[in-house]
Amino acid sequence: MIIHINNQSVVLPEGSALAVLASELELPAQGVAIAVNNRMVPRMGWESHQLADGDRVTVIKAACGG
Amino acid sequence: MKKLVIAGKEFGSRLFLGTGKFNSNQRMEESILASGTEMVTVAMKRIELDDKEDDMLKHIAHPHIQLLPNTSGVRNAEEAVFAAQMAREAFGTNWLKLEIHPDPRYLLPDSTETLKATEELVKLGFVVLPYCQADPTLCKHLEEAGAATVMPLGAPIGTNKGLQTRDFLRIIIEQSNVPVVVDAGIGAPSHAAEAMEMGADACLVNTAIAVAGNPVEMAVAFKEAVIAGRRAFEAGLGTQAQSFIAAASSPLTSFLND
Repeated sequence: MIIHINNQSVVLPEGSALAVLASELELPAQGVAIAVNNRMVPRMGWESHQLADGDRVTVIKAACGG
Repeated sequence: MKKLVIAGKEFGSRLFLGTGKFNSNQRMEESILASGTEMVTVAMKRIELDDKEDDMLKHIAHPHIQLLPNTSGVRNAEEAVFAAQMAREAFGTNWLKLEIHPDPRYLLPDSTETLKATEELVKLGFVVLPYCQADPTLCKHLEEAGAATVMPLGAPIGTNKGLQTRDFLRIIIEQSNVPVVVDAGIGAPSHAAEAMEMGADACLVNTAIAVAGNPVEMAVAFKEAVIAGRRAFEAGLGTQAQSFIAAASSPLTSFLND
């Protein structure tokens, strides 16, 4: 299935959990948040959240700003 | 000097720092520590899939520092609520610098959306510090909506033009029942001192420190200016004369002639 991450597309096995994607992205332990189809998914829910074909995933991290 | 209290939390410093525009994360961290600040803003951005850049968070995550995530980049209240939820998850804090400025030219905050977002975010349990116009009526509405502070601008973001809104800031300070943080436009320590002398509760400074020839020294200068300004306010400034007619501060003794 195709997942769109921050407007870039990746291919993942059908039924992959969000945690699989997070692992592949090598996200840091803190300072990141993920939303699927504009709904924030808490880190504790990454394991149980199954992605579906066409899902739009937003991954944000800390940045410098005033 | 009185401690600043926001949402029940005490702050020993009345200088808040932004983290944008520094040459390096190392220099940013040195400046933060030199400033004595206990509140530092942090923004959010989408990750790149091959992103390997230095993690800025480790440079600002000190035990004495309250992180203040901002919502920069959002265009309306709905996007602000989404950004706030992402920030709370990413940084583990419900404190939020709410900023909604859809116009990229002047980056002026949208008052209607800011008030609407404040109302929603307070209900969702956020400690909301809204960046806002120096509009006394709006600031009262934000206070009534449950904002933890109001953060009116001195001048547009990054302009270093100082307190262009000073007369309205005076009214806001006079009327406010929540701390007033002057945010944006403060370009020199003298601007920060002026805001504090007027009775502002704190100043948020970014560009003026980050782009200084020596940001660490400038951070110290702002620290001292904010302290001096606050001390002067608490000490009670003398009244300013209406005219330039002098009032002697020494006895006018005639030494040579009667």
